[in-house]
Amino acid sequence: MNGLTDKTALNPGAARVTLDHDLLEVAMGPHHPSTHGVFRMNLVLDGETVVRLKPVFGYLHRNHEKIGESNNYLGSIPYTDRLDYICSMTNNWAYVLSVEKLAGISVPERAEYIRVIVAELTRLFNHTCQVGFLLQDMGALGTPLMYAFREREKILDLFESLSGARMMHNYMRFGGCRCDFPAGWVERARSVVAHYPTFLDQFEALLSGNEILKVRTQKVGVLPAALAINAGITGPMLRASGVNYDIRKVDKYGVYDRFDFSVPMGEHGDVYDRYMMRILEMRETLKILNQAISTLPEGPILDPKAKLRNLRPKAGEAYGRIEAPKGELGFYLISDGGPNPYRYRIRPPSLINLTILEDMCLGHTVADVVVILGSVDIVLGEVDR
Amino acid sequence: MLGSGIIRGMIETGRNFVGSYFVKDRLTTVQYPEEKLAPQENARTIPFLVYDGDDAAAGLRCTACTICEQECPPKCIYIIKDKAKKPDFVGKMQLFPAVFDIDISVCMSCGICAEVCPFESIKMDQVFTLSSDTRFGSLLLHKEQLAKSNDYFRKIHPTDATAIDAERAETKSKAEAKARAAAAAPAAPAVPAAPTKAVTP
Repeated sequence: MNGLTDKTALNPGAARVTLDHDLLEVAMGPHHPSTHGVFRMNLVLDGETVVRLKPVFGYLHRNHEKIGESNNYLGSIPYTDRLDYICSMTNNWAYVLSVEKLAGISVPERAEYIRVIVAELTRLFNHTCQVGFLLQDMGALGTPLMYAFREREKILDLFESLSGARMMHNYMRFGGCRCDFPAGWVERARSVVAHYPTFLDQFEALLSGNEILKVRTQKVGVLPAALAINAGITGPMLRASGVNYDIRKVDKYGVYDRFDFSVPMGEHGDVYDRYMMRILEMRETLKILNQAISTLPEGPILDPKAKLRNLRPKAGEAYGRIEAPKGELGFYLISDGGPNPYRYRIRPPSLINLTILEDMCLGHTVADVVVILGSVDIVLGEVDR
Repeated sequence: MLGSGIIRGMIETGRNFVGSYFVKDRLTTVQYPEEKLAPQENARTIPFLVYDGDDAAAGLRCTACTICEQECPPKCIYIIKDKAKKPDFVGKMQLFPAVFDIDISVCMSCGICAEVCPFESIKMDQVFTLSSDTRFGSLLLHKEQLAKSNDYFRKIHPTDATAIDAERAETKSKAEAKARAAAAAPAAPAVPAAPTKAVTP
């Protein structure tokens, strides 16, 4: 029993005394199905144990930042949809938040509530899918991911009837949102939110108590709090290591100060904590959604002074950041007074959370690398930009 | 007990499996080519040009102002203005496009063109079977292929179309009233209120 739960006992790692042998270099990816896109890890293996890991990325580079500098401010919004293509709404929000800071545009109250609702729905299905993918990486093929996608599709239906597209929403505008909720939308959203706790219970019953899952995830890929802080890790990964840092609480952007929710926290910083972190965070998100939907105020959804076209913010700089489902998503914009930004820089959570991959993987086996990478929650559209 | 978690998970899978035979909500997919879901009202794919009446060339709302061309993020719209003019729905002489091309292999369906159009001319379509076996030509849509009637627009976006129709009817009646007043007061030569016959490009 001890040997089963104590992972390190099974894998003494590089310290193992062996006969004369060579290290093996393996290029894992970019076509490997567990790399969540086109991501390559150059692994140096001692037997099955990882001795060195070098991440190679850039296969999905699209020159996003340079395109953002040549496009006008409005034209960049649909491009931000394609950063983290699972969570378009939060990408939109981070970008328009920076432009609103830069140009000094205010947002009406109803629009702020709409933003909170769509962003939290995004967080809900991002975490659901992330857990599904993580379990798939561990060998629970199909079932959890299909359950996750079934629920995700309900929210995507809501988003499609709101914005016109399932994934590339292009929904938020400087000073508000593009369109109001269509008739009956709030009731549909309410029923989705009301059903979600039942689904989460089912989803947890599937594997949360599963002994195999525990053996594969507990004490695997431990990220100490000090290292996480030094490396600039944000989002659920940082909180799973026991650091209380949530930009919704720290910055209180939008109207997040009006909602009562707590920030769940992990203890060990291993893969299991990161898995549970997402489940717990979804339950907090449901609390925010219930409050936001029931207190949704009436009013305009777009600041009447905000310009759609020909936006020329006066020279200056702004950094807007939000707590995206994957961590701190920030846009740093410099304006020289022209119709397009002089500098357009993104702080993508996926890329920065990926930087400590080697530290988490050393001493573990190749099979664990897959699980650890899955627990980071990356989207290559955002890593490579 | 060791293994109790595994058994709980199996029970959950079993419940979902059996449920899919009895509970209607569990059937979340449709058999696509035979069975198709109706698109949601706001759904958007590629842009199209709205025309009023029966004649696509005469009723085209586009005035070749090129705002959509300037605002299009991937720059997939190409417009050349015609030298002639034609009367619009209130009878005012307006420019119209001689060439209006959209390269739908570049278009990313963002809908910004429809959003910035001040003439309610360019709107988002809902067609999605757009594949073709040639690389060039068939994915570059010209004015003739892009033009679709207002009835079609009413069918796919009823809420939007009703609001726009009401707004345009109001503008038109105001313009007609103004024209009648102008014609009655100084007995000046009457201005035709409604578009009569359009200049074909």
